[in-house]
Amino acid sequence: MSKQYDALVIGAGHNGLACAAKLARAGKKVMVVEANAELGGLAATTEFAEGFKASVAHTLPQLTDKLVKDLELHKHGFSFASEHLETLGLKEDGSDALRVTGDTVTGVSQDQVDAYKRYSAQMQKFAKAIAAFWQKKPPMIGDKSWASVSTGIQFGLNLRLLGKTDMREFTRMIALPAQDVMDEQFEDEHLKAVLAWDYTMGNKLAPRSPNNAMINWLYRLAGDASGFNKLPIAKGGMKGLIDALAASATSAGAVIKTNAAVKKVVVDEETATAVGVELADGEVVHAKAIISNADPKTSFIKLLGTRYIDIQFTHRINRTRTDGQTAKMHIAIKGEPKFNGVSRADGRMIIAPKMSYIENAFDSSKYGEIAQDPAMEIVVPTMHDASLAPEGHHVISITIPNVPYKVKAGWETEKANLQSAILNKLEAYAPGIKDQIVASDLLTPVDLESRYNVTGGHWHHGELALDAWWMNRPTYEASQYKTPIDGFYLCGAGAHPGGGVMGAAGSNAADVVLAASK
Amino acid sequence: MLTIDAKDQGNHIDLRLQQSPFFPRIKELCLSEQWTEWNGYQTPTYFLDSYIEYYATRNTCAVFDVSPMKKYIIEGPDAEVMMNRLTVRDVRKQKVGRVTYTVWCTDEGRIIDDGTLFRLAEDKFMLCAADPNLDWLELGAIGMDVTVYENSYDMAALALQGPTSCALLKKLGFTGIENAKPFDIMYFPFEGGELMISRTGFTGDLGYELWVDPNDALALWDALFSTGFEYGIRAMGDESLDMARIEAGLLAPAVEFNSALHTVEFRHDQTPFELGLDWMVNFKKPSFSGREALLKEKEQGPKWKLVKLDFEGQKSAQGSLLYADRKCTKEIGYVTSGMWSSVVKASIGYGFVKAEYADGPIFAEIYYQKEMRWYQKVVEGRKHEGAFWWPDRARQTPPADT
Ligand SMILES: Cc1cc2nc3c(=O)[nH]c(=O)nc-3n(C[C@H](O)[C@H](O)[C@H](O)COP(=O)(O)OP(=O)(O)OC[C@H]3O[C@@H](n4cnc5c(N)ncnc54)[C@H](O)[C@@H]3O)c2cc1C
Repeated sequence: MSKQYDALVIGAGHNGLACAAKLARAGKKVMVVEANAELGGLAATTEFAEGFKASVAHTLPQLTDKLVKDLELHKHGFSFASEHLETLGLKEDGSDALRVTGDTVTGVSQDQVDAYKRYSAQMQKFAKAIAAFWQKKPPMIGDKSWASVSTGIQFGLNLRLLGKTDMREFTRMIALPAQDVMDEQFEDEHLKAVLAWDYTMGNKLAPRSPNNAMINWLYRLAGDASGFNKLPIAKGGMKGLIDALAASATSAGAVIKTNAAVKKVVVDEETATAVGVELADGEVVHAKAIISNADPKTSFIKLLGTRYIDIQFTHRINRTRTDGQTAKMHIAIKGEPKFNGVSRADGRMIIAPKMSYIENAFDSSKYGEIAQDPAMEIVVPTMHDASLAPEGHHVISITIPNVPYKVKAGWETEKANLQSAILNKLEAYAPGIKDQIVASDLLTPVDLESRYNVTGGHWHHGELALDAWWMNRPTYEASQYKTPIDGFYLCGAGAHPGGGVMGAAGSNAADVVLAASK
Repeated sequence: MLTIDAKDQGNHIDLRLQQSPFFPRIKELCLSEQWTEWNGYQTPTYFLDSYIEYYATRNTCAVFDVSPMKKYIIEGPDAEVMMNRLTVRDVRKQKVGRVTYTVWCTDEGRIIDDGTLFRLAEDKFMLCAADPNLDWLELGAIGMDVTVYENSYDMAALALQGPTSCALLKKLGFTGIENAKPFDIMYFPFEGGELMISRTGFTGDLGYELWVDPNDALALWDALFSTGFEYGIRAMGDESLDMARIEAGLLAPAVEFNSALHTVEFRHDQTPFELGLDWMVNFKKPSFSGREALLKEKEQGPKWKLVKLDFEGQKSAQGSLLYADRKCTKEIGYVTSGMWSSVVKASIGYGFVKAEYADGPIFAEIYYQKEMRWYQKVVEGRKHEGAFWWPDRARQTPPADT
């Protein structure tokens, strides 16, 4: 059978594109097929109202310098609209927002400022100790290859190099609930809530949930494209980054096809090897490596088909927790938004006055209900990039955690309920804003699922927690981008290191495919 | 549908054993009042004397109530695909109207259970196993376009085994049954409904299994026992069945193997290669659950081996430890099943031994009692290939009338 391509990537999410670019730049003949009309998946930029553009993911805390350099993204048009957004803890009473940036914080007492400095220094140490591991394929138990063994040894060594006290602290803190970490470090309730924010984002977790906290937070700190612990946004919106990734791939010869959903992976029945894909229109494309950017459940159960994989392996994939917990709302407004206690709405604004506020919203979601006091993360990208809205207008991009995938009363009615809860809260912190609204677009986890072809609409394509991390992401026997089926690979957020716009899964997967083709 | 619901029984503490649709007749005949439990059913250990019942399977015919057996239906467009992946044999080759004996394994290639797979239609199978397997079937159905359900309570079944079984069925009017080849399925009208008869069984002799609507169960029993009188029919219990299956070279769950889903100790379960079921594992199938692990096992060889042994002397070796030398200095395994076989006229059994000793001499250290006093002796067990008892009539179609 003649192979049309060396590699075929299913899905043009940023990871699929990063994978394709890396492979194409290494001389491979690559095709990318994307179900949607737009590139980028959960980082795609859509025009949600005439002249107003926004994306589901809005900030780039995890983007790495290495990816930008490896794929020459600057050359292909990528740049930052802002290298860093300050994090602002909004106050409902109109007093000055609490401001966090780098290792400084304002709006809290001096002892809290000092505590934050100490905390930042420690987190930076931890983050550095494990930083390298996001960029490497994880080791595998039973895998005696040097790459596997050395990664394991190095991980241990890096932790050891932290020094005895810090290493012990690391192992103590790694699975603590965010609330415990915050309570032992700080007094200020608002500061705690703002700092706990990134510990749980994207997952079905809240400050009190165990088995999570620091992994998620340290992961958020993995990016260094604009410096350590920075929160950059791309010029031209996420589209700026996605277009650069696509250009990096196509300039090296990769072919990208949109509106081309893969119906199934074609498997050679004699050898049980993945040899191609069949598109929705019946076209079959053959390739030596089939690399899926789709989430693991979609990849194995829908596209590959469970007939080719073992039962317990299938069961583990089927059990990955994929119910999304985060919603998105884009709002088009006339004029500039004005938030209480903030002179310019140019930071990342968080509505979460204390940790119990987040926890209460989480409690509602746990029981399939809509929280009437939602916690929210608000960014106004147009404050940094006017190209995303018509003149004199702005786009408000809101991320809402603690929104259940399954709602008891059904999304037909609850979507309006969620929308009014969000808008009411927004109005409380930015009085008068409701009158400025010209259009809006609310995406519940269920909407995200159907619009972006991601099971559960999950931020990470499946919870990022200790049981689904590193050697176990998405599960053992598929944690090195390879799968039990020859020729079939994973390259999306469901693989190590997880989601967030980072490109590490895509890039690591490309390394594995390249190594296999040698 | 006959449902047996704990709630119907009123009191969850006073949860009695269930009784099969044949129970009223079984109870009448079970003079011994010796009962055992099987899948929650009250099952006779023996009716009067297990040897008499066993002789019936070898000389006339005997009936064993297999209603407590777990029966599952797998139905839908992916039924073949699902069963082909779940079991180790090539189900694509199994024709409609045929039964196969098969096993299914974990991803690590360890046996979960064995059973018989009935192909009822292109897109419909029935899986019969001695133990519950619904959980595993449901896992096996993930991503498959199939419906899986248990129909244990919707089907009563009797095994009719022994040299006169075919003749008796013919006499009952099931004309054409003599043309059923081993592992064939046939259907006959019965009591206004349908009776499914498969030429299958657990005795290694000529025999059939009769699958009937529970509402017609007693009618079937009565027909068999009235007409069967001339054919020497007898009801048989658990003990005699066990003797017959050992002679026949058949494996018993929780005796020769331990379900991999239930073992606690590492590797206290078994692989098909360890049990000598190599012939069954079809590596021509590109994918089935456990394939990769089993391929590795095939290449490296199993760690243990089940061997059939013919022991010196007359004492049953049941429960003995096995050694590589007569002095019993090198322990190499144990006897899983042993008996004195009157048809083979030998002390026979199965030994489970470490693979590296399977080809060398094997000795059993037997403890036995005479009028309460214990004795010990060491006997050699010679390896035996194939079943100990597999008469021509078990293979002939049509079988000779006896
Ligand atoms: C509400 C929300 C807010 C977020 N905010 C941020 C943020 O601010 N910063 C951040 O860094 N991260 C954020 N994230 C996370 C981030 O967006 C994702 O983790 C990341 O975009 C995943 O990238 P990916 O390439 O792995 O997968 P995806 O972006 O999901 O791409 C997968 C692609 O595969 C395609 N596909 C699937 N099936 C098929 C098929 N059968 N045929 C063809 N194509 C197919 C899909 O259409 C899609 O384009 C957010 C996530 C959510 C849900």
